[in-house]
Amino acid sequence: MRPADDSLTRTAHPALAIRDLIAGYEPGLPIVRAATLDVQRGEILALLGPNGAGKSTLLRAVAGLVRIEGGQVLLDGDDITGRAVHRVVQTGVGFVPQTDNVFTRMSIDDHLRLAAAALPRGARAARVAAMYELFPDLSAARRLTAGRLSGGQRQMLALARALLPAPRVLLLDEPSAGLAPRVVETVWARLAEARALGVTLVVVEQNMRAALAIADRGCVMVEGRPRLIAPAAELASSAEVAQLFLGAR
Amino acid sequence: MISWQDVANGVVLGATLGLGAVGLTLTYSILGFANFAHGELITAGAYVALTLLWLLAAALGVGLGQWGALSFGWPLLILVTGSMALTAMLAIGLERGLFGPLRRHGTAITVVIASFGASLALRSLIAFLWGPEPRYFTREIAIAREIVPGVRVTADQLVVLALTAALMIGLHLLLAHTTLGRAMRAASENPALLGVTGIDPIAVAQWTCLIGGALAAVAGVFVGLTVQVRPLLGFELLLPLFAAVILGGIGSVHGALAGSLVVGIAEALSVPLIGAEYRAAVAFLVLLAVLVIRPGGILGTSR
Repeated sequence: MRPADDSLTRTAHPALAIRDLIAGYEPGLPIVRAATLDVQRGEILALLGPNGAGKSTLLRAVAGLVRIEGGQVLLDGDDITGRAVHRVVQTGVGFVPQTDNVFTRMSIDDHLRLAAAALPRGARAARVAAMYELFPDLSAARRLTAGRLSGGQRQMLALARALLPAPRVLLLDEPSAGLAPRVVETVWARLAEARALGVTLVVVEQNMRAALAIADRGCVMVEGRPRLIAPAAELASSAEVAQLFLGAR
Repeated sequence: MISWQDVANGVVLGATLGLGAVGLTLTYSILGFANFAHGELITAGAYVALTLLWLLAAALGVGLGQWGALSFGWPLLILVTGSMALTAMLAIGLERGLFGPLRRHGTAITVVIASFGASLALRSLIAFLWGPEPRYFTREIAIAREIVPGVRVTADQLVVLALTAALMIGLHLLLAHTTLGRAMRAASENPALLGVTGIDPIAVAQWTCLIGGALAAVAGVFVGLTVQVRPLLGFELLLPLFAAVILGGIGSVHGALAGSLVVGIAEALSVPLIGAEYRAAVAFLVLLAVLVIRPGGILGTSR
């Protein structure tokens, strides 16, 4: 088992590089404390850890939704630290929040057309069509408002909305939370398809086993910074991880 | 005794209120605060149009003109368009310079109090610049004609109704079928998620101010055309506007229009029953009665 040493995870051109990041909701009260992490192009990285470890705050800080007080966020080497969330999205980082991730009074079609608005006019229709192809259940209900969709359908819509602009990196905050096991399987399958399309994925997940089953690597966060980073299989079989950070099952 | 004429008068009043109420409800639902300066945008719209009329007369020697039975001619188009543009700029200026920064760094009540302050300041500025006395677009007497038995309306009033209807249909189409409309609907529900969708919420807020300001300007010109232009013009409309917005369901564009028609008709019907001095009170009684039955308003939700 390797400790979360910056030098061990850094490569020449990571898709997403987080350097000594300090972020939080109140000035002077950081939740993320000098976090350093590299995410390699095309991989699925599972962010694990106990409640309050700062996993979701780290994702939200990268996405531009939480105040960054120090450190850097680099996307393919470009500094995107502190940019407004819409700029971060336009630069190539998608984000799927855990809750309130759809507009309940808007139709599926409205969601996708809105997400396509930042693309060049000529590319919009093709991307919307591509998302309907990837998510056929959404295509069948495209006039339905999101408020009438099931939890699983909403999660699919949130995924489709985030994938539509073809992000280089997609951040997902507990995508399986509150979903039935069969729906969770579908969510993981879609994420695997997204990875196959070349998207780099960072997934915050409470369900360690499920996350490590599809992830390439796992990162265990404790007290606002990565404590352990290792291949998923290694973490999944680690009694130390289960006992120390995730609670033995 | 109530007549169909009173109902017709109420519809005309309701249409004008609707232009203001729609802007007010958009501001509330998208920017998240009750903008008490919206009445002064209506006043500013009227005075800007009046000033453009004076400039037109001074530069080209043309007045408001006359077109058939109307008390105005083609120059009104220039006045309305110019006033919409300049009042929209004023609304955006208030958003960028005052409301926007306060929303990002202050509390909700701070923004509402700031809008009170802006309302007072604008009203005083208007009285200082144009004087407190009433002014008129035209001294022509508009002749009312009978369009159905027992109902007489002026051609000016018909134009007000037609233009209001056209603007409301245009706004409906914009909200339903354009990217800006979708972004505005999204912003009214979850501004943070709008950012996550890749759209700038600040730009959407400014577009909202632009649309609200432009519609307020049209309302101001219509009141100026059919009544008179005074520094208190918008302020006196503010309470009926809020009544219409609440009645229709806060945040609902269609509800604001429906609420405006109800308030306008209630006010007009109250005149022959209890006298003009109590008309505002009647609108509020209707408001209370509707809210007892439907707390969320006519077309609103129960949030």
